[in-house]
Amino acid sequence: MNNSPFVRKAASVQSVMLQVLLALVPAIAAYVWFFGAGILVQLAIASAAALAGEAAMLAIRGKPKALFLTDLSAVVTAWLIALTFPPIAPWWLTVTGTLLAVVVVKQLYGGLGQNPFNPAMAAFCLMIVAYPALMSQWPAAGQLDFKTQLDLIFGGLRQVDAITGATPLDALRTALRSAANPDSQLHGLRTSQLMDGPAFGLLGGKGSEWIALGYLVGGLWLIRQRIITWHIPAAFCGALFASALLLWGMRPDAFASPLFHLASGGAMLGAFFILTDPVSGATTPRGKLLFAAGAAIFTYVIRSFGAFPDGVAFATLLMNILVPLIDMKTQAPVFGHKKD
Amino acid sequence: MTGIALVLGAVLGFASIKFKVEGDPLVEKIDAILPQTQCGQCGFPGCRPYATAIADGEAEINQCPPGGEEGIRKLADLLGREFKPLSEEHGVEKPKSVAVIDEATCIGCTLCIQACPVDAIVGAAKQLHTIVAAECTGCELCLAPCPVDCITMEAITETVDTWKWRYPVVEIKAA
Amino acid sequence: MLRKLFKFHGGVKPQTNKTQSTTEPIASVPLPDRLVIPLHQAVGGHPRPLVQPGDHVLKGQRIGGADGNLSSAVHASTSGIVRDVAQAVMPHTSGLTTLSVIIEPDGEDRWCELEKVNYRSTPPDELRDFLRDAGVVGLGGAVFPSYAKLKPGKEGKLKTLVINGAECEPFITCDDMLMRERASDMLKGIVAMRYMLQAEEVLIGIEDNKPEAVASVQAAIKASGETGIEAVAIPTRYPAGGAKQLIRVLTGIEVPHGRRSTDFGVQCFNVGTAFSIFEALEHGRPLISRLVTVAGNVTAPRNYDVLIGTPMDHLVRLAGPRPDTDRYIMGGPMMGVRMPGFDVPVVKATNCVLVGSATMFPAPPPEMPCIRCGECAKACPADLAPFEMYWFSRSKNFGKAQEYHLFDCIECGCCSFVCPSHIPLVDYFRFSKSEIWSREREKESADGARDRFEFKNFRQEREKQEKAEKLAAKAAATREKVATEGAATPAAADGEAAPKPKPSGDDAKRALIEAAMEKARQQKAQVAPKNTDHLAPDVEADIAAIDARRNAAPARAADTPDA
Ligand code: SF4
Ligand code: SF4
Ligand code: SF4
Ligand code: SF4
Repeated sequence: MNNSPFVRKAASVQSVMLQVLLALVPAIAAYVWFFGAGILVQLAIASAAALAGEAAMLAIRGKPKALFLTDLSAVVTAWLIALTFPPIAPWWLTVTGTLLAVVVVKQLYGGLGQNPFNPAMAAFCLMIVAYPALMSQWPAAGQLDFKTQLDLIFGGLRQVDAITGATPLDALRTALRSAANPDSQLHGLRTSQLMDGPAFGLLGGKGSEWIALGYLVGGLWLIRQRIITWHIPAAFCGALFASALLLWGMRPDAFASPLFHLASGGAMLGAFFILTDPVSGATTPRGKLLFAAGAAIFTYVIRSFGAFPDGVAFATLLMNILVPLIDMKTQAPVFGHKKD
Repeated sequence: MTGIALVLGAVLGFASIKFKVEGDPLVEKIDAILPQTQCGQCGFPGCRPYATAIADGEAEINQCPPGGEEGIRKLADLLGREFKPLSEEHGVEKPKSVAVIDEATCIGCTLCIQACPVDAIVGAAKQLHTIVAAECTGCELCLAPCPVDCITMEAITETVDTWKWRYPVVEIKAA
Repeated sequence: MLRKLFKFHGGVKPQTNKTQSTTEPIASVPLPDRLVIPLHQAVGGHPRPLVQPGDHVLKGQRIGGADGNLSSAVHASTSGIVRDVAQAVMPHTSGLTTLSVIIEPDGEDRWCELEKVNYRSTPPDELRDFLRDAGVVGLGGAVFPSYAKLKPGKEGKLKTLVINGAECEPFITCDDMLMRERASDMLKGIVAMRYMLQAEEVLIGIEDNKPEAVASVQAAIKASGETGIEAVAIPTRYPAGGAKQLIRVLTGIEVPHGRRSTDFGVQCFNVGTAFSIFEALEHGRPLISRLVTVAGNVTAPRNYDVLIGTPMDHLVRLAGPRPDTDRYIMGGPMMGVRMPGFDVPVVKATNCVLVGSATMFPAPPPEMPCIRCGECAKACPADLAPFEMYWFSRSKNFGKAQEYHLFDCIECGCCSFVCPSHIPLVDYFRFSKSEIWSREREKESADGARDRFEFKNFRQEREKQEKAEKLAAKAAATREKVATEGAATPAAADGEAAPKPKPSGDDAKRALIEAAMEKARQQKAQVAPKNTDHLAPDVEADIAAIDARRNAAPARAADTPDA
């Protein structure tokens, strides 16, 4: 028989994870609306792979399967992978990425709660290093119908360059670099003019800015549900905005606007769903602020000066390494030991 | 009484200074881990000599039965040596006990007093002897010298003051 | 009259379940067949028994005397015969026994002679002794002897006296009912405490889910005409009734772990304690009964005025326990302790007997790994990081756990309450704390043993030295004698007459050693016990053998010193 407390709140890891999944739904809806139903296929593939990988590892490690499979943490990882990988990534790419995340990054480190790195982001980084081309094919909104998407995912159809482009982030960076190059035909164009193309919308990429809005909505709901706190999203967005503002303010022709940065790539997903992963993220309130701000600055630097299409994944991993230190140094003073 | 206390204090103070001068930090650290039962089961006349021997590399770390497995682990950690199970020739780990003198049988011979390494027995010649339970380390050295075998070891029972909360049992129902 | 209230971090809002037991007034309990009164009921020393089996005792007669600096007396709760003074199972999770006085009531319930005091004309020290001997202890659950807390701090006065009527634990309503029904008497107790502490103001903190209690106390204050006493409704949030949390809410002061609250100008007492102080001072009645809530898995939850020592099942029977009852919990569902049986006695710490069943308080779902979600830290009223302490407690890395302020944990259970991974966090903290305490005890006794061992060695060394000196002196004399005696012989011609320790020749040396050994033997013989007359022959033989061994030993020892 257990000891006090004898009553408990009806909370469980499962319900937490379930709410995170629910919060992703608005963004997924926007995704389907603008880019087609291919993403749903990806979500399904990733979920199946994650559960299979998790089940296998639990069996090998002799852990109770039903308990840990139903905690839904693997599904959350799977969804984050599907949402960060290109929607037309071949199925084996998604499967490999997911298995890497679940088997290596999560289970080999000890399973739920023990992984120092965010599994989805670690998998993303590994895959983009291993398959840079495949991981960088992004169709423009409305460009591909469902059948083509399925062909791309399952079939051998690989007319890569013809049908896919880079992400808006990538496109803008390339464009900005060309604009800075006197030999290029784009030379001398301003950012606003560069963003006039069909790939761009009001703020960021066409369509993808709506997905970002979906993440924002879902994320705010998570804060309301007290699943996450405001610290990480606020610090991340704030720091990303600030660093973008700094450089943009100095050279608006060479750097993208702060709002573009917020609305593009994985910024919103990162702010509300990735960096807020409690296992691999900082836990103290001050630590969360530091952690997220650091991730934002890394993200900005990688986006603006690095070679990869987006910086959120690498920034997350970099900050994951620092988490133990951050947490240790930011322990809040305890009751009665505060100086005020 | 106060006089005695003062003298004792002075002597202890003196002893501590004396030992400090000779003190070797590693021996101190090892000695801090040893249980101070002073039973000699390790083959040395007390914990400190054993500590010195360990520090000098002359003794294994698994010779102290009262320290038990936990003690060996701590020594292994401290010295960066491999853990070894308790060496059987030196004895077995037993629950902590104290010696009790059967007062009806005691003849007041003082033999046990001389044997006790930690002065836990009080009494004088021809007087009944008693063991101060709080000071007895359970070394059993007083058992053998007693001419009338009136000393027995009794395992220490738990009281509310020494009761401990157990390590929470993690029960994950196998699915 | 809006007072500024402060917030404490964290806290939770479990279902309060309080209304069920407040519908009926406080009831009394018929005398049981047997009262089991543990002698150790309060923090501090173990009181010594003052009665023997067979004694007749009167209600209110002292049966356990306070012992040591911090201790509190224990009294017979009714008149009757002392059947036994023996070990009995105590109301503690361990199921261990404690020395208890077992009384068989004679049914007359006759009081002993009661002695009252006027607290205004009695010197403070005497007053405290009086309260100690009246057995008044904190009735909020901590059972700390009240007399020891009724000392103003260094300044001789106090800013705020906080009276704890918050009663934040679910199910428990004994303080609520006390304030509703006995507010004016309680207030008199508070006035006395205020006088003893020289407190400027008194704040009675009551959670705002007890409007009747607030109203009743406010009415009593008004009726008494006292000023500077205020009943304050505070927000309902567990654990607002923790002493530290309540002090924080009412005054904004945070009393750190291990510090006395009087150092910060506040002191905190439970409302029940205030009432028993009134009883003691005004009527001379020692603490022999208290209010107990019986709630949970019973058909008629209610509050009872219960004699200390009443078996819990005798009490619970009045409230109609449901058939699936499988446990009693002393206290509330958040901090209460599981009882080892149904017949354990009600003691001074028993504010509630919570009757439970497997359906009422189901076992927690299986423990999952910590996902570092931080829920526990958000709920912790002591601003701790429970998951870090859990991590280190689980791996038995106690030093690290302490670095994360393990001992500031008040074991309120909020963290376990909210943890989505269902980790019994408090269990880990209790485990770590008691493990650390026991290690400290072990270390203390090891240090003591080491000191005594070193002292013994030192003493033996000194004795040996003294003996050696004596022997040296003796040897010098012998040598001189040998020298003078042998002066005529040529063999001794090269012998030195001076008492130098250097041996002069083989013969002389042997003679010296012989002499030393002889001396030692004689000395030993003198010391040898002579109380071994009239022994059985085999024992004699044993002794002889031991003596032989002992004689051999010093002889060996005597070899060394002179060299
Ligand atoms: S065996 Fe006895 S004397 Fe030797 S170290 Fe252990 S306790 Fe000390
Ligand atoms: S009383 Fe006996 S068992 Fe206890 S310490 Fe002394 S010699 Fe050892
Ligand atoms: S509430 Fe539980 S799961 Fe969450 S951080 Fe605390 S211990 Fe870990
Ligand atoms: S039990 Fe301790 S750690 Fe847990 S919430 Fe309460 S004070 Fe904090």
